[in-house]
Amino acid sequence: MMAKQEEMGHPLEDFLRKSRMPHIWCPGCGNGIILHSFLQAVADLEMDLDKTVVVSGIGCMGRAAGYVNMDSFHTTHGRAIAFATGVKLAKPELTVVVLSGDGDLFAIGGNHFIHAARRNIDIKVICANNFNYGMTGGQQGPTTPLEAYTTTSPYGNIEHPFNLVHLAAASGATYVARWTALHVRRLTASIKKMLQKKGFGFIEVISPCPEIFGRRNKMRTGLEMMEWFKKVSVIENFSDPAKAEVSRDRIVVGEFVDTEKPTFEEILYETIKKVQEKG
Amino acid sequence: MPVRIWRKPLDAEKAKPPCGEIHILKDLCKGCGYCIEFCPRDVLEKSEEINKRGVHPPRVADESRCVVCSFCTAVCPDFAIFVIEKPCEGGR
Repeated sequence: MMAKQEEMGHPLEDFLRKSRMPHIWCPGCGNGIILHSFLQAVADLEMDLDKTVVVSGIGCMGRAAGYVNMDSFHTTHGRAIAFATGVKLAKPELTVVVLSGDGDLFAIGGNHFIHAARRNIDIKVICANNFNYGMTGGQQGPTTPLEAYTTTSPYGNIEHPFNLVHLAAASGATYVARWTALHVRRLTASIKKMLQKKGFGFIEVISPCPEIFGRRNKMRTGLEMMEWFKKVSVIENFSDPAKAEVSRDRIVVGEFVDTEKPTFEEILYETIKKVQEKG
Repeated sequence: MPVRIWRKPLDAEKAKPPCGEIHILKDLCKGCGYCIEFCPRDVLEKSEEINKRGVHPPRVADESRCVVCSFCTAVCPDFAIFVIEKPCEGGR
């Protein structure tokens, strides 16, 4: 039994850079679950690894680009979508996936996000939402819930958080979903659906952050945070994203938007062709 | 048996749950306990031994109860556990 365990590797190890493993994420961190779901979706769809690009920004989830055995970019802070736009426009045949955190995508990179969603460029964004800036020590961020404690809001957060799915839906994304790290099966199915679709897709994953966020909010272990998700999350598919709240008593998850629209790079290349024919 | 299965399925004789072989990569485990907590059949338990990282990795309590749902594989953040299907012996 022991010898057999030594010989066999994880079924997804071909998709990981083995020299980089084990990863640096804390015990109980949800980023590993999100990465596993993404790689499982890639494995199930039998995607060509040479034609898949992972782009990530700065932060805990930004490390994901270094762990996947595909072409990947670890970009500057907040500019993951900007780099992904460049990759997609230069080589439209590639599948471009952005794996990054809430601080990176919505605090410093907020404008890139809304404009990529507005243009409907064919990139897929998976955002790990851990409610704060984990890597730099737990500062309050744009997704910190009202009255939550962080290092920079020791008396409770006084700001209202972003509703990421509402923002994405209002900006024009063609696929929008939110799951928690506990809904692994639905998350994997959702990622599969998004990867097969054309257009801007966005999935927010509520991720447990026990070491940085949880311990200041009476959830010291990952298990306690997962129990919280289990207790308060409700699945409401295709409900109004404006009412999809994330609060202490209620987390609304599910798919919110699934529509079709012409994508930016299709229109761009068509226009280039038309203009060249004319001249 | 859960209350919701109040009637016996028609193919109950034919359909047999598969048997699983659980592999734990002990030194990758960070001891978060998700696999132990969220296993629907309580196959895993905490062990006494300490791995290279100084945490207690899970241990297989009763492999015959495993039905290869692979939820432990999916919920493990550290790529440290996986289940493969094996041919069932005897009873099941």
